[in-house]
Amino acid sequence: MAQALRAAPATELDGISVSIRDLSLSYGSVEVLGDLNLDVKDGEFLVLLGASGCGKSTLLNCIAGLQPATEGQIFISGQNVTWAEPSERGIGMVFQSYALYPQMTVEGNLSFGLKNARVPKDEIRRRVARAADTLQLEPLLKRKPAALSGGQRQRVAIGRALVRDVDVFLFDEPLSNLDAKLRAELRVELKRLHQNLGNTMIYVTHDQIEAMTLADRIAIMRGGKIQQLASPDDIYRRPANLYVAGFIGSPPMNLLPGRLEGNRFTGALTADVTGYDFTSRPRGPEVVLGIRPEHVRTGAAAEALPIRAEALVEVVEPMGADTLVWAQLGQTPFRVRMDGESRVRAGDRLSVGFDPASLSLFDAASETRL
Amino acid sequence: MSDAAFPTRAAAPARASAPRGRLLDGPAGVAPTRRMNPKRIMVYGGLIVFSIYYLLPLWVMVMTSLKGMPEIRMGNIFAPPMEITFEPWVKAWSEACTGLNCDGLSRGFFNSVAITVPATILSIAVAAVNGYALVNWRFKGSEVFFTILIFGAFIPYQVMIYPIVIILREIGLMGSVWGLVLVHVVFGMPIITLLFRNYFSSLPPELFKAARVDGAGFWGIFLRVLVPMSLPIFTVAVILQVTGIWNDFLFGVIYTRPDSYPMTVQLNNIVNSVQGVREYNVNMAATLLTGLVPLTIYFLSGKLFVRGIAAGAVKG
Repeated sequence: MAQALRAAPATELDGISVSIRDLSLSYGSVEVLGDLNLDVKDGEFLVLLGASGCGKSTLLNCIAGLQPATEGQIFISGQNVTWAEPSERGIGMVFQSYALYPQMTVEGNLSFGLKNARVPKDEIRRRVARAADTLQLEPLLKRKPAALSGGQRQRVAIGRALVRDVDVFLFDEPLSNLDAKLRAELRVELKRLHQNLGNTMIYVTHDQIEAMTLADRIAIMRGGKIQQLASPDDIYRRPANLYVAGFIGSPPMNLLPGRLEGNRFTGALTADVTGYDFTSRPRGPEVVLGIRPEHVRTGAAAEALPIRAEALVEVVEPMGADTLVWAQLGQTPFRVRMDGESRVRAGDRLSVGFDPASLSLFDAASETRL
Repeated sequence: MSDAAFPTRAAAPARASAPRGRLLDGPAGVAPTRRMNPKRIMVYGGLIVFSIYYLLPLWVMVMTSLKGMPEIRMGNIFAPPMEITFEPWVKAWSEACTGLNCDGLSRGFFNSVAITVPATILSIAVAAVNGYALVNWRFKGSEVFFTILIFGAFIPYQVMIYPIVIILREIGLMGSVWGLVLVHVVFGMPIITLLFRNYFSSLPPELFKAARVDGAGFWGIFLRVLVPMSLPIFTVAVILQVTGIWNDFLFGVIYTRPDSYPMTVQLNNIVNSVQGVREYNVNMAATLLTGLVPLTIYFLSGKLFVRGIAAGAVKG
């Protein structure tokens, strides 16, 4: 395997921790990953986000070397590891089901990889102690995984990656098995860990909150292809296509089909989109206008905005901090997120308005952003 | 204990403040359970009848083995012995004649131990590795390999008896204990491999992946991660193999010689001997002695089995 670890031309991979080049994977005629290209910078926290079956976990398994790719290359820390064993790639991996060795103590779990790598005994002790200190595992070192809570188990699993002293951490939905409160706590802990260690982290999840809060960049995947690779802010504000627009945000973006002539949009509402930052000119008149429920203003605040309409309230969901309003704009469903203080009831007529700068326009045929 | 006192104290004022008159007519509180109902009588009655039916032969055997021949000739096979004697057991173990030897079942017992122990260990070791490789290290054609292996379990033994005689003769193991061990290892493989394959495929695959990331190889993962968490399935395999191999008669009678006959073959020779008086008490004692090993395994491993399952019940 040593000959597989050939160094790549240094300049091309400068500052790149993980580089995936033209990677494809197919089972027979079923293509799981198609011609994938992705460069993860040193110290970056990259989140692979997508619905189940989009290939995000498969991609992570390819990077880890647990799943051989059909075509393409993978570089980690400047080495071509396409044919390398998982243990030779300089990665640590954390799984959703923790995957702790049930018959070993926490200490045994942490040191297993180091023993396999024939690391000297006192070095093992030092690294285990350091990881236990970072993750507050000292009181648990002599326990078996069965005697740990879910959160503790996942911390041990993270510790197992930590002791390996690797450049790249891979996380496969690590928080999905935990309850909501613990998930929020560990999310912050993970972010703190990343800030302290500065390692490259690749994190697979289907939870957009985790993706938005943790990531430096998010890669949204669908059908084995990356739909958009950008910062959480860009993905939220400037979704590259209709799929991303509908996937990110809860409740999702309002999507109103219509026609665009010049700067005039006609559909469920008429709007002058002067002020919208076009990335490309529309190819045809058929477009989809997207506006996030939280960017819609109501009542007096709406009056001052360039785009206005009147909606009929159907269902009101008070959530404490804010209130979700499910309304109708003509025949089109329209969602508005309002302040928790506002009082609306079903059947009310609500005047809504928004700024052209906060909307998104998509070409109806190609579904890409205009 | 002070905790136990607390709720009573707290409950007392609560009950006092709640008006008792709130209850209306009709069922309230814990529903009553009836000890006896027709359904239960049916179930227990059926169980008792079947238990007696199955235990009766054992009763007769134990009682007969403890009687002297004169008492047996009196009939009354269900009656307990009037005078208990262990003479038949001693005779069955060390004096009964089989063919030319008159040293009882003891020779067969030690032959059977010499066959069962290595055959059990070897067959389980081979089958466990097979199952592990079939689940975790899929190779090209592994499914076909598995299908062929399982197909082996359905071929009638009779078809293979003579070819195996030839094979054992050619490799020089015909008639020896090791030849029989080899036969048992081969014939145990399909079903025990299936057992281990199913068990290993029920374990979370992430465990295997994590061990690979941790740099463990084929044997490292097997011996240090999977085997320690497989006590329940090893127990099941040991039960199956020990009882199966110990009880085997067909292979024993074909592939060994009189001085290496297993216990079952010797038992048959004692019970079916045509010379002299039929000593029913000795026959019964010999049969019980032969059956004692599988019986002990069931009793011992039953406990271990439950404990094994409890130990293995570690989720994720």
